[in-house]
Amino acid sequence: MTVSTQSANRLLKSIWQNNEAHRLFGFVLGFLVLAVMTGPAGSITAPLSGITGSLGHPRVFVFIALGVGFWLLGLVRLRYGGRIKSANDRVLALPRRLLPDWRVRTPIYLALLAGAIVLPLNLNAFWQEVLVDQIGLYVLLALGLNVVVGFAGLLDLGYVAFFAIGAYSTAYWTGTLPVHPPFHINPFWTIPFAIASAMIAGVILGAPTLRLRGDYLAIVTLGFGEIIEIVANNLSGITGGPQGVVGIPHPSINIFGIHYNFLLNEIPYYYLVLAFVVIVLIAFHFIENSRVGRAWTAIREDEVAAESSGINVLKYKVMAFAIGASTSGFAGMLFASKVSFLEPGDFTVQFSILILVLVIFGGMGSLLGAVVGAAFLQWVPWYERVHPLFGFQDQDLYIYLGALLIVMMIFRPEGLIPSRRRRREIGLAEHGVGSADAMSGPQGPLT
Amino acid sequence: MCFTANFWALFVTGLANGFIYALIALGYTLVYGVLQLINFAHSEVFMSGGFAGYFILNAAIGTSTTTPSGAASVGLLAVGIIGGGIAGSIVAFLLERVAYRPLRRRHAPRLAFLISAIGASYFMYNIAGKEFGRFPITIPTPYTNGTVFHLFNAQVQTYYVIIAVAAMIMLVFLDRVVALTRLGRGIRAVAQDADTASLMGVNIDSTIAKTFMLGGFLAGAAGFLFGLSSGVVYTMGFTPALKAFTAAVLGGIGNVRGAVLGGLLLGVVESLGVACIQTSWRDVISFGVLVAVLLIRPTGILGERLGRSA
Repeated sequence: MTVSTQSANRLLKSIWQNNEAHRLFGFVLGFLVLAVMTGPAGSITAPLSGITGSLGHPRVFVFIALGVGFWLLGLVRLRYGGRIKSANDRVLALPRRLLPDWRVRTPIYLALLAGAIVLPLNLNAFWQEVLVDQIGLYVLLALGLNVVVGFAGLLDLGYVAFFAIGAYSTAYWTGTLPVHPPFHINPFWTIPFAIASAMIAGVILGAPTLRLRGDYLAIVTLGFGEIIEIVANNLSGITGGPQGVVGIPHPSINIFGIHYNFLLNEIPYYYLVLAFVVIVLIAFHFIENSRVGRAWTAIREDEVAAESSGINVLKYKVMAFAIGASTSGFAGMLFASKVSFLEPGDFTVQFSILILVLVIFGGMGSLLGAVVGAAFLQWVPWYERVHPLFGFQDQDLYIYLGALLIVMMIFRPEGLIPSRRRRREIGLAEHGVGSADAMSGPQGPLT
Repeated sequence: MCFTANFWALFVTGLANGFIYALIALGYTLVYGVLQLINFAHSEVFMSGGFAGYFILNAAIGTSTTTPSGAASVGLLAVGIIGGGIAGSIVAFLLERVAYRPLRRRHAPRLAFLISAIGASYFMYNIAGKEFGRFPITIPTPYTNGTVFHLFNAQVQTYYVIIAVAAMIMLVFLDRVVALTRLGRGIRAVAQDADTASLMGVNIDSTIAKTFMLGGFLAGAAGFLFGLSSGVVYTMGFTPALKAFTAAVLGGIGNVRGAVLGGLLLGVVESLGVACIQTSWRDVISFGVLVAVLLIRPTGILGERLGRSA
């Protein structure tokens, strides 16, 4: 009796101390959480109905099987990882050699651009709208935040503020706010105003707060993102208050004999976004490889070393903030003039988090990653809405995004399409070299 | 001044809020002490305590029409506080296990910790919204609210007395735990120098997990106390936690007594400030305090006494 309990104890202990058993347990538990996430919703009168409905249902076995399957995949990778990698290297050898060559790259980029130009012409009205409102706009926002989070290594959780400032300044200059501008202009010409006011806001917010250590910055920007909604709600005399602003005109072009009004047609907005995305991509590419971009890299990798080599850390951080804000301001203008209606509820803290997820998923510091990540993550929920696969509800979106953030940080912190430099940095930081973010101030833990 | 007319009433309300902030702020400060990281998901630990308290009290007195009194009230409150605290501990433990430990093992950059904690926060409060519904609900009251005594010209209500007594018991308890017990010594050692502490035989993983649980208990209990008057809803954590963070910074993050002082001070300042401006601007006050403190004295009032006071 005692012998058998002892051996059972020993068995349990050996299982408990086995690394693989731990991993199996982790994977199955993770997929059980996924089962609850995708399962039916509960309510306060029946708080357990969601959990029993998802775990007491036969579908739970599918999720357990998936967990075991992923664990087995991990085992296979552990055993044959070397061989998989060498096979991978052989297949990828040619593209790896050719891709850095600009003679190969340019035609690929032109082909992608041509594809992007003809894309909306083959879509129906619904997908055209998704393409502009949900994908184009968010790609732009992700590119902007990528400068702050990816290039400069700062965590900005109040990015929505600049979007709101861009949108409200468009409303102001078109004369739809309760306060009237000195002269009314068409939304198309408010673009420079929207961008400039967002950039100025970036400098005003950045100059005092960017002196702070990185995690303080994160919480100050989080608070600022929350404040902007309160301000928009409470300053009714200026922003129109909770009722919002109605009747912002659509952009139109009246110059050199061309008279064109965007109205509710999706196509011109699409091309406007596309043009801006291309401009931003080219500009950011050059900035990344310029003196400024190198300064950001230096700050990210080792702030103390950067400071002592004569880089004005604060200046470059503020610059990253302002440049990131500029695309957000443009996106705000586009949003305001297309939807032609603004309310404070459009600018929530959640919105900032969504953009952050897009950047992290695509790959911090990677321009291509930001575009692909944002386009993909924004496309999935809409595709799901048209072709329901499982019980996804709109209000559950942030459960998935939150889980995605954790999973990315644990398994692939460098993102889907990482920038080569960023991946190397994260690897080095994990071995105790450099920091891979601008989180610690130049004077030790406290600035 | 705008608040002189009913200064003492505002003071009492502010103090009660301040105790709630102090309880949450301690969680930030403890975790900051051992990890030098802000726990962005602490707001959801607070929320979980509120929900646990609701379920416990609903099971105990849900449909009964008579409000308990006397010893029954005290017992139910104690059960609610402890239940909320335990729920907070469990959530904080799981949080550390899932969102922090795997990254710690890899020596991930600090940015990665912040991002995974934000992910955890969004995951937790939205899944709570999905499972428990997205409407605010009221916790059945286990006591009869009334005026207990007068402080100058202000009526001090039962609810405020409950908060003050419960919070003070927990604060003294925590202070003693950190100062006297083996766990407290471990926490202080890890806060001073984690590598050296581990060489001296402190189990870092277990100390960090217990620190999270200790902070989680206080936050969970605060969630229940907060929910007693304000009700519980899945988004309830955001604003109080942001304010508690402000309180922790105000007192000096990493400093246990500083967090309490900062919490009480912020509660009173906010309460008096609201008298001068519209209530809808209430949340802007604490944000202004946060920015001002960070710019003028980022080490807080009592300073960042890392390690010496945990």
